[in-house]
Amino acid sequence: MSVLLWVIGIVAGLLAGGWAIRALGRAINLPSKDANIYFRDMPFLASVGLAVATFAIAVVIYFYFIAPTPFFVWAVNGFLFFAFCAFIFRLLGRNVGTEGSKKLFRQMPLTAAFGILVIIVYAITSIFAGAIAPYGQEIVFAKANLLPGGDPATGGDPAHLLGTDQIGRDILSRIIYGAQNTVGIAFITTCLAFLIGTSMGFLAAIKGGWVDQLTSRIVDALMAIPQLIFALLLMTIATAWAGSNGFLVTVYMVLIIAVLDSTRVYRLSRAVGLNIVVMDYIEAAKLRGETLSYLVFKEILPNAIAPLLAEFGLRFCFVFLTIASLSFLGIGIQPPLADWGTMVKDLAAFINFAQFSPLTAALPLMAAGAIALLTVGVNFVVDWMLQKTSGLKE
Amino acid sequence: MQSVGMIILQRLGLGLVTLFVVSVIIFTAVNMLPGDFAQAILGQGATPEAVEAIRESIGLNKDPFTRYFEWLTAALQGDFGTSFAQVSFSEFAGSDTGKGGIGSVTDQLVPRFKNTLFLASVAAIISIPLSLVLGILAALYRNSAYDRVVNVSTLSAISSPDFFLAYILILALAVINPLFPAVSNVYDGLTFWERLNASMLPALTLTLAVTAQMMRMTRASIINLLASPYIEMARLKGLSPMRVIVKHALPNALAPIINVIALNLAFLITGVVVVEVVFVYPGIGQLFVDSVKIRDIPIVQACCLVFAATYILLNLTADIASILTNPRLRHPK
Repeated sequence: MSVLLWVIGIVAGLLAGGWAIRALGRAINLPSKDANIYFRDMPFLASVGLAVATFAIAVVIYFYFIAPTPFFVWAVNGFLFFAFCAFIFRLLGRNVGTEGSKKLFRQMPLTAAFGILVIIVYAITSIFAGAIAPYGQEIVFAKANLLPGGDPATGGDPAHLLGTDQIGRDILSRIIYGAQNTVGIAFITTCLAFLIGTSMGFLAAIKGGWVDQLTSRIVDALMAIPQLIFALLLMTIATAWAGSNGFLVTVYMVLIIAVLDSTRVYRLSRAVGLNIVVMDYIEAAKLRGETLSYLVFKEILPNAIAPLLAEFGLRFCFVFLTIASLSFLGIGIQPPLADWGTMVKDLAAFINFAQFSPLTAALPLMAAGAIALLTVGVNFVVDWMLQKTSGLKE
Repeated sequence: MQSVGMIILQRLGLGLVTLFVVSVIIFTAVNMLPGDFAQAILGQGATPEAVEAIRESIGLNKDPFTRYFEWLTAALQGDFGTSFAQVSFSEFAGSDTGKGGIGSVTDQLVPRFKNTLFLASVAAIISIPLSLVLGILAALYRNSAYDRVVNVSTLSAISSPDFFLAYILILALAVINPLFPAVSNVYDGLTFWERLNASMLPALTLTLAVTAQMMRMTRASIINLLASPYIEMARLKGLSPMRVIVKHALPNALAPIINVIALNLAFLITGVVVVEVVFVYPGIGQLFVDSVKIRDIPIVQACCLVFAATYILLNLTADIASILTNPRLRHPK
């Protein structure tokens, strides 16, 4: 109840504040004529917006300088750091490289630059995980449950910067290896989904008739069950088949998610394919007597690449999140492979120590944040690509 | 020329057919288990006699078609069979298995489904008005600083995994500022306010996840219309921007907005799985995940069917609502 009162109080305060700002601006005779007109014509909502912005800035300053909370300070620092990195990256792109790439960077919003930077960093980390990580992902050390921070006085160890988990594996190494496993497996799954989805979709578009009807109805049926639920149902069966073989469970998961996700790819590639199939050059290729695979890969695919590429980004995010959710629920990527979803689940209890050891409580958030950072980055890039290609300027 | 009633009937029929197909898929999938139910119940190392006895008692010796229709007719009457986890106990208790006695799936499912519905409705009540207001404001002040901030933050919220949002909320509102409980301890006999308090954090997590989507859709569909001649006309008449959007643009943008609201409600029912696990909320999602882990097939089957039915029903509602709000859809070309 008290929370509700607080919320109502703050909203009322903001409305009153907005009104007061506008009234003040109108009452005082400002030196410039434009400023006077600005306040005279200001709609009430805009003045409330001004009040909200002022309030938000005041809150940030309060929690950052006056009563610093570690998590909030970290979040603000992280935000500023990422924005700075993205800015530097974009600046670099604008001045280095070919004329084409320079032009691309000149039109790029900061969010897209941030997304590209994140993708590059993740790609490097996942490819060279073995070289970057201080230890292997499966090595179990004698000291379990070491606290992060690396300070022996607070129960840490300089050899393990982020501490060790319940059975003594180095958490930093596992987070770095997580990039390889989680991102790698999601990438393979998405590629597989695209292979199935596009080939079936283009096939349906070319052949039409009963092939189209059959595949489309199968896809409709598969899409009628919510994806995560269906994946969980199939994983039940897959785990029964795989038994205690963790590797086999992971392989089944990749196949299941690839098939379930290929339905969305099928829909898109069929729709795109249908528009291409009616073109004259396809007719000409058919009359030349080209084979089906030539039609699909040499005639249709190159003309459908732009929408498919944007879809690939979105699908990758979706697959990545599905796999992370499955792992978080304990039925996805199996140990000993390090994986962010599983790590969040294993480390989640640490969050209750936030009052005593903020760094310990931040561990599950680091693993979850690693997932979020990549999907946010990819989504920013896809958003920008879609706006660029569709010309949604407004 | 078709009447609205006919169209709705048609869609309902289509929905029923889809549900039927879905039940076939679920049944087939479950029947792909290695061995069969009887072995799954008893585990490995069961004597052949025991397996045979169980097979007899749950009718596994019949052919798949008969079993499917028996399962379906029972399910339609609200009887989803007996949970594996309890089958042995009910045998000892001497109760009639599978007829709504001790350990029947329905007994476990119904209270949990009610809890999930409660959670989803709290989330919907917060998120729908919020997203409409935010979306209309974003359309009104498009390309302003507000619009950009909202655009970036909603995109981030959409792309973050649910458990990330959930743990941030736990950290901020349960651990550092103990406003709400981090674990949703919901049981019978709670007053409405206690129940609301206990399910506030999961509801807020779901709100964050769906508001972003709905808000973006509201903004996009209103902006789509703003270039239309009749909006231009309204503007030239000298109407205020607010009035142009609320009175002239919104009614025509309603079809896609209703559509996306219904889709997000479907997400609320099905996407609760992760959120319920994080907050240990006793809903159907939690039950589903637990049963998947111990391979309690009857419950998995029943949960799947319930989820799919809700999903189909809400999609159907979206379909019908958009036909009702947009007369053009009643006359397909």
